[in-house]
Amino acid sequence: MTVQQARPVPNRAVGIASERVDGREKVTGLATYAAEHRDLQLDDPLHAWMVTSTIARGRVLRVDASAALALPGVERVLDHENAPRAASTDDRELAVLQDDRVGFRGQIVALVLAETPEAAREGARLVSVHYDAEPATVTLDAAGEDDFYAPEQVNAGHETDLEQGDVEAGLAGAAVRVEGRYSTPAEHNSPMEPHAATARWDGSVLTMYDSTQAVHAVAATLAPILGLEQSQLRVLAPYVGGGFGSKGLPHAPEVAAAMAAMAVEGRPVKLVVTRQQMFALTGYRPETISHVRIGAEPDGRIVALEHAAIGGTSRIKEYAEQTATAARMMYAGEHRRTTHRVAALDVAVPSWMRAPGEMPGMFALEVALDELAEACGVDPVDLRVRNEPELDPETGNPYNDRRLVECLQRGAERFGWADRPTSPQAIVDGDWWVGTGVASATYPTLWMPGNTARITADEDGRYGVAIGAVDIGTGARTVLAQIAADALDVDVASIDLAIGDTDLPAATVAGGSAGTGSWGTAIVQAAQQFRADHGDTPDPGVQTTGTAESYPDSVGHALHSFGATFAEVRVHRWTGELRVTRLLGVYSVGRVINPTTARSQFLGGLIMGLSGALFEESVRDSRFGHVVTQDLATYHVASHADVRGLEVDWLDEEDHLATPMGSRGVGEIGIVGTAAAIANAAHHATGVRVRDLPLTADLFLDVPPLP
Amino acid sequence: MDTSITLTVDGRRHDVVVDTRTTLLDALRERLAVTSAKKGCDHGQCGSCTVLLEGRRHLTCLTLAVAHDGDEIVTAAGVSALEGGAGDDAPTSLHPLQEAFLAHDGLQCGYCTPGQVCSAIGMLDEAKQGHPSHVTDDLEESVDPADLDDDEVRERMSGNLCRCGAYGGIVDAIREVAGGAPREGQPDRPAQPEREAAR
Repeated sequence: MTVQQARPVPNRAVGIASERVDGREKVTGLATYAAEHRDLQLDDPLHAWMVTSTIARGRVLRVDASAALALPGVERVLDHENAPRAASTDDRELAVLQDDRVGFRGQIVALVLAETPEAAREGARLVSVHYDAEPATVTLDAAGEDDFYAPEQVNAGHETDLEQGDVEAGLAGAAVRVEGRYSTPAEHNSPMEPHAATARWDGSVLTMYDSTQAVHAVAATLAPILGLEQSQLRVLAPYVGGGFGSKGLPHAPEVAAAMAAMAVEGRPVKLVVTRQQMFALTGYRPETISHVRIGAEPDGRIVALEHAAIGGTSRIKEYAEQTATAARMMYAGEHRRTTHRVAALDVAVPSWMRAPGEMPGMFALEVALDELAEACGVDPVDLRVRNEPELDPETGNPYNDRRLVECLQRGAERFGWADRPTSPQAIVDGDWWVGTGVASATYPTLWMPGNTARITADEDGRYGVAIGAVDIGTGARTVLAQIAADALDVDVASIDLAIGDTDLPAATVAGGSAGTGSWGTAIVQAAQQFRADHGDTPDPGVQTTGTAESYPDSVGHALHSFGATFAEVRVHRWTGELRVTRLLGVYSVGRVINPTTARSQFLGGLIMGLSGALFEESVRDSRFGHVVTQDLATYHVASHADVRGLEVDWLDEEDHLATPMGSRGVGEIGIVGTAAAIANAAHHATGVRVRDLPLTADLFLDVPPLP
Repeated sequence: MDTSITLTVDGRRHDVVVDTRTTLLDALRERLAVTSAKKGCDHGQCGSCTVLLEGRRHLTCLTLAVAHDGDEIVTAAGVSALEGGAGDDAPTSLHPLQEAFLAHDGLQCGYCTPGQVCSAIGMLDEAKQGHPSHVTDDLEESVDPADLDDDEVRERMSGNLCRCGAYGGIVDAIREVAGGAPREGQPDRPAQPEREAAR
């Protein structure tokens, strides 16, 4: 019997809160990350240090490495003239050291290889690069209207524009209209482990420990660039110190490490991206500007909605954030237009950052909803309930299980929303204004085909489960074992899980909140095939491999998760300082596989949302094109003292349209809507409407008293 | 220029040759292959490289190895041997604070975690010695680790960034080990009961 598609699995281990299985290695520091592998280290690695461009656009005329090469310990300096030739330079971000073109400030223009990190760093300082600089456009403000264009599609394959009904007529005829311009700055993923790779080329196989969310994708992407078969690349990522999207796709430093390793056959090369270099070389969320117009009935029912998003991308490689896609499915309304335009700038290549599209888009939409509630005199929770669509407005399909209203209502009850004064500036506590706000959250349920899992019967009733998934801190190592246990109908303690290695069956990225669902489906399918092939008492050594090409059988359904975020803020009346004192997220995400690790994911999303609301702002120098705030002292992320009063709750449910486990995904939804809830709370506290992130203290100085 | 120094790391004595430019962090990671101390920023901005240096928490990326000839360093890999830990005879055991991190899931990716652990142990010792913090009301009053409330712990731990956002679990873990009252404020557990294992 062939198992064509995984069948739903009764939950036994799934749903149980259990401790992270790799916790001991992590609390002792014995878990080994990409630059810490001793099997390669023992072979005496060369240390690589990147020299990066100091112009935003132009050509490299000459790289003078003589002083660097004269430094004791410096072995090689690679530049665009002597670096190994790439077999493909189609991807300009990854065409490292292949020609003299400079597309952004911070691009790799040379690579120093040395015996020690100190010599490599000093050597990089001594490399003298001469340029022919050209005029560059590095900010959205500097881009002319003609510079904006419609990309063929936006990130994740969404349509660029979508129009339903007659938006202008709908707006013109609406009793209530609100309109605003909302912006989010460029933001940097900033995982605590800097991007890093340790690579060795033995003449036939390139072995690379990489800090990545997707080992197979790294091999598949780098192989054609390096002129290798994919089987000649072995990529390992046993532990990854966070990613939040920046490690979802390979970036230039990984190519540099691989290329350097191939230039010094037999010798490992270790390349660690400095924290400063990460702001140019590892992707970031691009700046977004949203123009939102809403027309509604007097009771707040939306008639017409427009979300027109613009943003920046890099001239050398397009990335268009799908900022307006949430407005396509979030609320009811007959007339709707969503558009995306981008301007190609001479800047570093943007990429995925936690909830690309939804995070900036829902900031705009959910603040606009708060403005609509105010304009209509309707409670913000009620307003959202009133705009609940019966069918998905984008596709006309029914939802799998749309429970936004329950999230809002459960959250409102738990938060004590009913006691909230309706008007702003109503609560003063000493030197502080106090206010509360709400926003909805959503994230699509993505499912990635092509994952393969291998089940092996071992001695003593144990089972080996192998898949090239990666645990970037999500708890994948913990939850995949739970899934395997249920699928095989055995105790979780009898599962030996292997992940993080391209020698294991192929797996897709730990991203899009789709890792656990997609990998888990493959594990379930392989396990069910295993039982069909080998029964309940298999002989040790028997093995089954299963690939999940499809699931769910979701045609005709709109698959999304939902949530509601409630925030309480205090704004200092004399200094403008803003503190978030309470933050509650209530989510509908299907079956929660492990309450412990899922809760941590939700909390982490909420905190990153808070961080984006209050602190995170990439400031690009309009003259030189680099990020000025390129370290953790100037690009602020939330610290211990910024985080208090967090609560997370979720609905008890399972969704077998989404996955055989009944789960959807938890990694991203926590960040969505959070900044809007905080901005809405700040408005409630002070009467000041902030439409641009982050909410800094200067915005709340000299607040006029309301009439 | 190379020079030879002696470092005692997690109870083991090492004679090591370092470049005079080598930071203490790079001496540990690159010369001694002690990678429990992590490099997150190399500029003293993230706290990932925190160890206990001569008994006090210290950022190893901001100091040169040659300044620490003869010094004793304890990383998160060695804290179980400290007073209050499981002791030398149980090298696979964890310090109670590490156990508490696991119980409260005060970690996700694990990269900042060894620094958080060392920082927390050092911080509690500072409190024991009576050190006030920025949020301590009365600078004259003696401090007891058990009396540290959430705000005190957060303030004292704010040099250790965690991008995954495990802050709540870390504070819970520290307060449990400090022996203070249960956390003030709301319960932040899932509302639904966590099911018992079926087997």
